[in-house]
Amino acid sequence: MPRRLKLGLQTLSVAVVAGLLALLVWRVVHQDKGVASQLAKGKRPVAPAFHLSRLDRSGKLSLAGLRGKVVVLNFWASWCNPCKTEVPRLEAAWQHYRSRGVVVVGVDAQDFSGDARTFMRRHGVTYPNVHDGPGDVLPKYGITGFPETFFVGRDGRLVGERVAGEISRQALTAGIERALKT
Amino acid sequence: MRLLLATAVALALAAPALASERHPTLGELEGEVMCPTCKTTLDQSTAPIADRIRQFITARIAAGDTKSEIKQKLVAQFGPAVLAEPSKHGFNLLAWVLPFVGIGLGAVVLGLLAWRWSRAREPAIAGAAAAARLDPELDRRVDEELARFDG
Repeated sequence: MPRRLKLGLQTLSVAVVAGLLALLVWRVVHQDKGVASQLAKGKRPVAPAFHLSRLDRSGKLSLAGLRGKVVVLNFWASWCNPCKTEVPRLEAAWQHYRSRGVVVVGVDAQDFSGDARTFMRRHGVTYPNVHDGPGDVLPKYGITGFPETFFVGRDGRLVGERVAGEISRQALTAGIERALKT
Repeated sequence: MRLLLATAVALALAAPALASERHPTLGELEGEVMCPTCKTTLDQSTAPIADRIRQFITARIAAGDTKSEIKQKLVAQFGPAVLAEPSKHGFNLLAWVLPFVGIGLGAVVLGLLAWRWSRAREPAIAGAAAAARLDPELDRRVDEELARFDG
């Protein structure tokens, strides 16, 4: 093998390995932490869009269609225990605030849709719910577990803090009131 | 005769796969289905959703579903990422093809290196054989010494 060709191949190999290493480092550093990280820094990012099948009735629901309303976005799954204890609070908030332009939207993820419907029936859930079986929306919001709750202002931007874990009545009310001021 | 033999071998190889397709077991599927929350196969997971999927598979096996039918139902709920193996069409086909391309390229590179190595050795062996030949003068003296010793 000519010396120049050999040197060229060696340089190419080193460049490929260095490129892959750089890609790995970049991926680790720029890991998509979703909008939750921006929210934690006090920013008001646009709530990532979704267009998912409804569980409470036929058809689909898109977040963009709720622009102009305050949205309480609750991520849950039927196999999640804290989701069972917080659901009456979400239902109560929906009943109390719906006349003021507030919508509670449940996003059931990584779950069987049949199990989700059973859960909703059993717990008397009447607010809109959608199914995200593969959990495609979760990384966009930076969801790390269930349940998690976000508040979306009338302008379609997230407001306040995300609530990771079971939401209390106080946190729910405070989040909605804050979002109503947007 | 050869055709018969080939058919028999093909049938012998296909029979277990066919049986597994028609009568899958939970154990088999646990290694082929992913837990959506922990990103490992079901047999590695104790997550609640993994338990629920195991229940679902058991129920579908009892109902007489084939392996493909069970997998299709799981994909309908959780998307294609629920399968441990990538699908064999579209972009995912690359995952199946690239290892063979890599093996093929590796074999070609190894073959070329072996060929070059054997060619480089040939002159060296010839040179070593030439160097091992005795000097004619030394050869004559050895013969004389041997003749004297015999005499």
